[in-house]
Amino acid sequence: MSDYIYLFRTTADARRAAMGSPELAQQSMQRWLAWLRDLETKGHVKDRGQPLENEGKVVRGSKKVITDGPFPEVKDLVAGFMIVQARDIAQAAELAKGCPILEGDGAVEVRPVMAMNF
Amino acid sequence: MQLDEHLFRRESARMVAALTRIFGVHNLSLAEDVVQDAFCRALEVWKVRGVPDNPSAWLMATAKNRALDVIRRERTATTFAPEVSRMFDSEWTLAPVVDEAFASEVIRDEQLRMMFSCCDPRLKEEVQIALVLNILCGFGAQEIAGAFLAGRAAVEKRIARGKQSLATSQRLFDLTDDDVADRLPVVQRALYLLFNEGYHSVSADTVVRTELCREAIRLTELLAADARTGTPATCALAALMCLHAARLPARITGAGELSALSDQDRSTWDASLIAHGLALLDESARGADVSVYHLEAAIAAAHVQAPSVDGTDWHTVVELYDRLLAIAPSPVVALNRAIAVAQRDGAASGIAELEAISDADRLAAYPFYRAAFAELELRRGRTAEAREHFEAAMRLARNAAERRFFQKRVGCCGSDQ
Repeated sequence: MSDYIYLFRTTADARRAAMGSPELAQQSMQRWLAWLRDLETKGHVKDRGQPLENEGKVVRGSKKVITDGPFPEVKDLVAGFMIVQARDIAQAAELAKGCPILEGDGAVEVRPVMAMNF
Repeated sequence: MQLDEHLFRRESARMVAALTRIFGVHNLSLAEDVVQDAFCRALEVWKVRGVPDNPSAWLMATAKNRALDVIRRERTATTFAPEVSRMFDSEWTLAPVVDEAFASEVIRDEQLRMMFSCCDPRLKEEVQIALVLNILCGFGAQEIAGAFLAGRAAVEKRIARGKQSLATSQRLFDLTDDDVADRLPVVQRALYLLFNEGYHSVSADTVVRTELCREAIRLTELLAADARTGTPATCALAALMCLHAARLPARITGAGELSALSDQDRSTWDASLIAHGLALLDESARGADVSVYHLEAAIAAAHVQAPSVDGTDWHTVVELYDRLLAIAPSPVVALNRAIAVAQRDGAASGIAELEAISDADRLAAYPFYRAAFAELELRRGRTAEAREHFEAAMRLARNAAERRFFQKRVGCCGSDQ
């Protein structure tokens, strides 16, 4: 088993739309919890990650300019992350197919954690 | 930790009540933004740390903190609720005032005030009901449209129109005002229609229907529990809802099939709801006032207390229908009365009563009118006539469950020869 990071990518709009009415919020939450429970019972979850605030700062370039994160306009916002364990990248990607973020046109970026064999 | 099935809907209504107390009803959309924000935070945090032991308290605390953020950020630019906003200038008074708005008795009170504000007689009944469902029950336009067989766009328009009217009001309805008594019947009627929508709805979705009934009962109980609004008529309305709702599981089977009163398994009626309904009916008897709700509740009580259809006190039921017709004439009431007369005096008398309904043309599209003829013809052995009426009812059926129900009854009329 190797470690893979899931980066959850979405837009601010899609994120709000998923919680747009109490009924939708209920459904989104239930889907997430069900997906996580499933991964967990199968022993794939190594670290659930940490919740991230919506807003932050961006430090950019050699001039080290600090700007507020203008996240509402960002088309591709990192909404969160977690670490899973899978046989190989193919399985890690397959497991990500159940992620509810995909319903709202978001994406899960699956990145192998570099193995250190020394 | 298992997630309660209606957590977000229920908490949305409570949070909106608390937040409108702070922000003012003219900032309703700001309150709704804060609620949505709390939901988004819940998703992010719960999926990492799991559902907290007390999810309601977690959501309330989150909404409260967001409310404080909003006030601190916008107190110079935005006018908040006139009743409390002068307390927002100082940090010493800000937190206690916001805390107080989230106390459960304050939330209850604010929900009542919101209910009265939604039921503004200047708004159409359909708008009032859509508003109540949206703000006080947390249903989205999609769910309301599903329950009412209306288009989503139409429901969205109703909600928008209602909210527009709310936004222009200075404050929520004041329950210490003299006009509580004038507004109360409008509120009762909206809740009554809301319940009926759930109980008789032509929507086939039994889950939605049960939820509508449950919400109507919850709001009516809220009304009944308050000294200013818990009049005998309110208690009678709550009684009527409980006594009907007790039969709901038997009326629609697990497979979504309608079941006639005579076929219902009375042991599946909800005994505790019946007991509660009968207690409310007792309570409604203080005072001399006899409302439509009293009479309808008394009829429902006669049914739930009877051991069988034949063992029902049909004399009393007919008498109650007579009184109901006298104060609130309607062809549907007349139809139900005719069925009760048939039980008391025989099928022929029932048919005579059906034929005598003065405004029967208003029942032309109502499948149960033809079905009533059919049942009574069948009872007096005229199977050909019965079959014809059942077939007519089937053509008028408004959903698949009704169609299957009449289809089955056609089958009871024997073969064609």
